[in-house]
Amino acid sequence: MSLMTEMGQKAFDLGVPIAVHLDVTYRCNERCVHCYLEHDDHGEMTTAEIKSVLDQLAEAGVFFLTFSGGEVFLRRDFFELVEYARRLLFNVKIKTNAVMIHEEEARRIRALGVDSIQISVYSHRPEVHDAITKLPHSFERTMKAIRFLKDQGLKVTIANVLMTANLSDHYQVQKLAAEMGVHYTVDPTITPMMDGDTSVLGLRIPAEGLTEVFRNPALVANMEEFCAPPKAPTEDDLEGYSCSAAHSFCYISPYGDVFPCVQFPLPSGNVRQQKFLDIWNRSPQLNEVRSIQAKHLTVCSSCSHVSSCTRCPGLAYMEGSMRGPSIADCEKSYYRTGVPTANMLRLGIEKPRGGPLVQIQPLAVSI
Amino acid sequence: MSETYIARSSAIAARMLAGQMMIMNSADSTFFTLSEVATAIWQAADGRTPLREIVRNHVCEQFDVDPEQAHMDAEQFVAELSTHGILLVADHPLEAP
Repeated sequence: MSLMTEMGQKAFDLGVPIAVHLDVTYRCNERCVHCYLEHDDHGEMTTAEIKSVLDQLAEAGVFFLTFSGGEVFLRRDFFELVEYARRLLFNVKIKTNAVMIHEEEARRIRALGVDSIQISVYSHRPEVHDAITKLPHSFERTMKAIRFLKDQGLKVTIANVLMTANLSDHYQVQKLAAEMGVHYTVDPTITPMMDGDTSVLGLRIPAEGLTEVFRNPALVANMEEFCAPPKAPTEDDLEGYSCSAAHSFCYISPYGDVFPCVQFPLPSGNVRQQKFLDIWNRSPQLNEVRSIQAKHLTVCSSCSHVSSCTRCPGLAYMEGSMRGPSIADCEKSYYRTGVPTANMLRLGIEKPRGGPLVQIQPLAVSI
Repeated sequence: MSETYIARSSAIAARMLAGQMMIMNSADSTFFTLSEVATAIWQAADGRTPLREIVRNHVCEQFDVDPEQAHMDAEQFVAELSTHGILLVADHPLEAP
């Protein structure tokens, strides 16, 4: 176990929020077809409010701080916030579409000691990327920004969300990342809108497409192990928890709302009304999430995949119950291993999502 | 005798967790945890106080150790952290972190 993993486990065991994802705005200069956010500003926290939150997070023991959005650089005070966070000695990561990053911004990011920058790139083909972001020339601007950041010696990761429109492009995006000397990460998860609207789920890649992703040796280090049939769960597996949400991680929205995770829209308090640590320690919602072990899961506890499934309690919550299964994760387990999940057997589904899927509309180009 | 001055690098991230100081250097992604004694030295690294004085005030007094041995250990620790860019070391006072 690496030292960092060991400290992460210690934070989990002690209930210390070692990592927080803070969205500083939902406003955005792109309009990505799959985005789960509503982009109007309904009263973002002010500079002073966010600085106060940062003080409280430092006091609570937060080490890893991710600034995200919306597009973070739409906030005029963004560099002021990053500078403040760095003075408090956070390890700062930034998620951005990078279209507003030029040479000067890259230099300032470097000077502030930011750990890394994750940038969304959907395709190696400009027309496909721009059709997804709905911002003309966004591919070109994002690519330029990546080069500026690399010139500063910064760590950059290209994040490639997969959907129907760009499924066939992930090999090329990965190649592009390698050519540019940046990291690459791929995610086939399309999340329902935060208000529960599931219309964007129609953009998910065809279920069979997951097999291609899971069996790509360039993406999966040990395919044999990764795609192996699930092992019978041990007692420890059943005592285990789904993820770090509410244990050592949480999410704060631009309006100060606290949630167990960015993908888990269970309102658990608001930092405009309560101190962060009061919410972290006393929120009934966070405590409920913390109390759920694998053995408590209504369907998944009896599933053969329970020890290796990537079950997301946030997606399960959006599907109806934080203790229930998440069909999106059932699909991943099935297409990874070929073994049906308990949820599929219960519902009499032989193969998840066999029907035709809605294609992205409107796309300006034929893909 | 020349003095050693130490200052915390501005490129690092740091936080206490269960009595251990976690330190990460974003430049090379090195991750460390410091012992209680090392944490005391690191926290006192203001660039202006000589290392010998830091050891006397923050190590010998708090941890009841032999001053000469503590100073030698501290020199070694400081040299190691400086190679990872976590501490800046000089024979003259440094700008405060």
